[in-house]
Amino acid sequence: MSYENVAEFAATYGLLYLMVLFAGVLLYAFWPRNKKKFEEAARRPLEED
Amino acid sequence: MAFKHAVIEKNSMLLTVLTLLVVSVGGLIEIAPLFYLESTIEKVKGMRPYSPLELAGRNIYIREGCYNCHSQMIRPLRDEEERYGHYSLAAESMYDHPFQWGSKRTGPDLARVGGRYSNDWHVAHMINPRSVVPESIMPGYPFLAETPLRVVDVGAHLRANRGVGVPYSDEMVEMAEQDLAAQADPDSDGADAVLERYPGAIVANFDGNAAELTELDAVIAYLQMLGTLVDFEAYEPEANYR
Amino acid sequence: MNNASEVSGTSPMTYGLGLVLGLGGLMGLFLVANAQDGVMAGHGYLFVAFCTLGIFWMVKRHFDEAGTPAILENGVNYNDAVIRAGCIASLFWGIVGFLAGLVIALQLAFPVLNLDLPWTTFGRLRPVHTSAVIFAFGGNVLIATSFHVVQRTCRARLAGDWAPWVVFWGYQLFIVMAASGYIFGVTQSKEYAEPEWYVDLWLTIIWVVYLLVFLGTLAKRREPHIYVANWFYLAFIVTIAMLHIVNNLALPVSLTGAKSYSLFAGVQDALTQWWYGHNAVGFFLTAGFLGIMYYFVPKQANRPVYSYRLSIVHFWSLIFLYIWAGPHHLHYTALPDWAQTLGMTFSIMLWMPSWGGMINGLMTLSGAWDKLRTDPVLRMLAVSVAFYGMSTFEGPVMSIKAVNSLSHYTDWTVGHVHSGALGWVGFVSFGAIYYLVPKLWQRSRLYSLGLVSLHFWVATIGIVLYITAMWISGILQGLMWRAYDSLGFLEYSFVETVEAMHPFYVIRALGGALFLLGALIMVYNCWRTMRGDLKDEKSALIPTQSRPATAATAG
Repeated sequence: MSYENVAEFAATYGLLYLMVLFAGVLLYAFWPRNKKKFEEAARRPLEED
Repeated sequence: MAFKHAVIEKNSMLLTVLTLLVVSVGGLIEIAPLFYLESTIEKVKGMRPYSPLELAGRNIYIREGCYNCHSQMIRPLRDEEERYGHYSLAAESMYDHPFQWGSKRTGPDLARVGGRYSNDWHVAHMINPRSVVPESIMPGYPFLAETPLRVVDVGAHLRANRGVGVPYSDEMVEMAEQDLAAQADPDSDGADAVLERYPGAIVANFDGNAAELTELDAVIAYLQMLGTLVDFEAYEPEANYR
Repeated sequence: MNNASEVSGTSPMTYGLGLVLGLGGLMGLFLVANAQDGVMAGHGYLFVAFCTLGIFWMVKRHFDEAGTPAILENGVNYNDAVIRAGCIASLFWGIVGFLAGLVIALQLAFPVLNLDLPWTTFGRLRPVHTSAVIFAFGGNVLIATSFHVVQRTCRARLAGDWAPWVVFWGYQLFIVMAASGYIFGVTQSKEYAEPEWYVDLWLTIIWVVYLLVFLGTLAKRREPHIYVANWFYLAFIVTIAMLHIVNNLALPVSLTGAKSYSLFAGVQDALTQWWYGHNAVGFFLTAGFLGIMYYFVPKQANRPVYSYRLSIVHFWSLIFLYIWAGPHHLHYTALPDWAQTLGMTFSIMLWMPSWGGMINGLMTLSGAWDKLRTDPVLRMLAVSVAFYGMSTFEGPVMSIKAVNSLSHYTDWTVGHVHSGALGWVGFVSFGAIYYLVPKLWQRSRLYSLGLVSLHFWVATIGIVLYITAMWISGILQGLMWRAYDSLGFLEYSFVETVEAMHPFYVIRALGGALFLLGALIMVYNCWRTMRGDLKDEKSALIPTQSRPATAATAG
């Protein structure tokens, strides 16, 4: 394994991994069907006591 | 109800697994190549495992927490090379379990302190740093000069080091206890054997007290060899560009 | 969910734990008899004492059982006793840790205070300070608050009957073994991972129980979605387990001796250590305490978090980026350049999720900014988030190699750490404790909000003194090291740069003393609150602890 192999891997699959992960998180966070669930969750700490 | 419960349990497990996956990647990709990339550790002449006395001194250095204030890592910056000497190579700590690069210089870097001061200076400095450096804020370690060095299990220490990859030979392990004492006693029969097994080692009565092998002997033996092993005349940085 | 069955009876688990304690005691005796060194023998005795007391306590609790009243909230019998214990432990270890910090700060200003005894030098006491504040104070705050938050947001009692107590007491034993080890010279020398192999093994066991308690409680929850604060706590527990195990891989010299040799050497050991070290900051001191922020800031402000979606993006991007940032501790060292560059890049990217989280925390107060004037607990929490923003801006700046070449090895790093540790971790913990104490001891409010305000100001002045002194001394020393005179020689000897630090070390110690004084005020206030005392204060200005009557809706 040489430095060049590692660098090439990072610049291709590494980039892909980063982008996919970030896109996935954004999709999950902004998926319209999740909106209600998240709004309910946000109020959770205030409901119990 | 039973079905729903299962889904919920799965979600918390899913969260755990996803978290673990995400956090594993960084470590794997950063750390693992260091074990496989050949360019990580330079090819040098002169590196050898610590002698038993040096190793004992190193363990005292660790025990007293010297690393909290002293680094052993000279950076390739102009002022550091002028102040401390040639920048540190990865090869120079290849037998360091654990590494002692440090993170703070409340005191100066020690990566090449070996040979810079006399043994007598070190003795005075360790007992009371302000006797030789009036502005120093280092604690005094007078107790090292009064504490006999523990010798019984030095062979086991070498074996443990061998277990984590340091190339100690059977002979080195077997003779460890004898080498430990001989390195601090230039007149002893074993002194030459120490030099043979550990080229470049310094044999001396480090603490000036011939009657007893003390922890101070070991610490000074360690300090006096720091950064002295690699032969920089034979070192070609260009061959190690990475 | 049947809560009655979870109130302890004599279950197989009870016998199991009794058996484990009995075997543990025997193992302790074995260690005492065969120990290679004094510390191992001492820790053997400690272990025997721990197991014996544990068995006595189990027997006592068995007979006391009938007298325990169940406190039901929302129909849930919350396990609050272990959280109360966690609060007291946090207060106790906080004082110990801050005091140890003050002592070593004074030693740097006045070296005679090292006393030149083996047990009192800076080198041995500094790990006592760092471990006491991070693991003893911070760890107890995290355990206590996570147990509180996971129960409340899941509306379920903590999983396990003995298990939470095993976590609590096992963790205290870990702290005592670690700190006593340092004082008597047992250390691995890896910063923030100094405890030796057998103490590490003990912590691993306790940590697994902690994870199981947390997951078990999540599994019992009555809500479909896991509240985001729990995500942060879970990431903290899981990641710390991973980091702890990998970084502490070592081969002991003897199974009955304290000393071990790290599995890795040199450059690999260095990167493993700082991968651990930086993520101790990232997951212990950041993710865990963000869990606190995401619960206690909304709670104290009585409003939902500013944007729940942002908190999800915050979570994933933070845990993903943090794990790569370690190599910035090794700039210009013998670590290969590619690793340094990688660490720097991710450290700079880390600025985004950090500030996203800060904005999310601060904007939770939007529409309620007036409460900052009247509620000193909320003020403390808000300022902690502001310090979080400041530290996470400074951090990426310092991770840039050019900046790092000046800042590394100097007090600038120490100042940076403390703006995060005192400002962010300290204040958010104090805020959580001020919230928890009246709630858990069922008091209408804290003994005195005036004292909270006093604590806030004393501690804030202390922090400002501390970090400004360290900025100046750090940058000054960095510049002195690289200063050349007109003839092209280095201008200052090393010891001249040490001498120049003296006034700043005195100011820093003063700042630390003020921070400690503030914490003592907090302990007094909490103690009076626990006793049930109420100070007669002008109540017009001071609201009682916010208790939402209805669910507030905003954002």
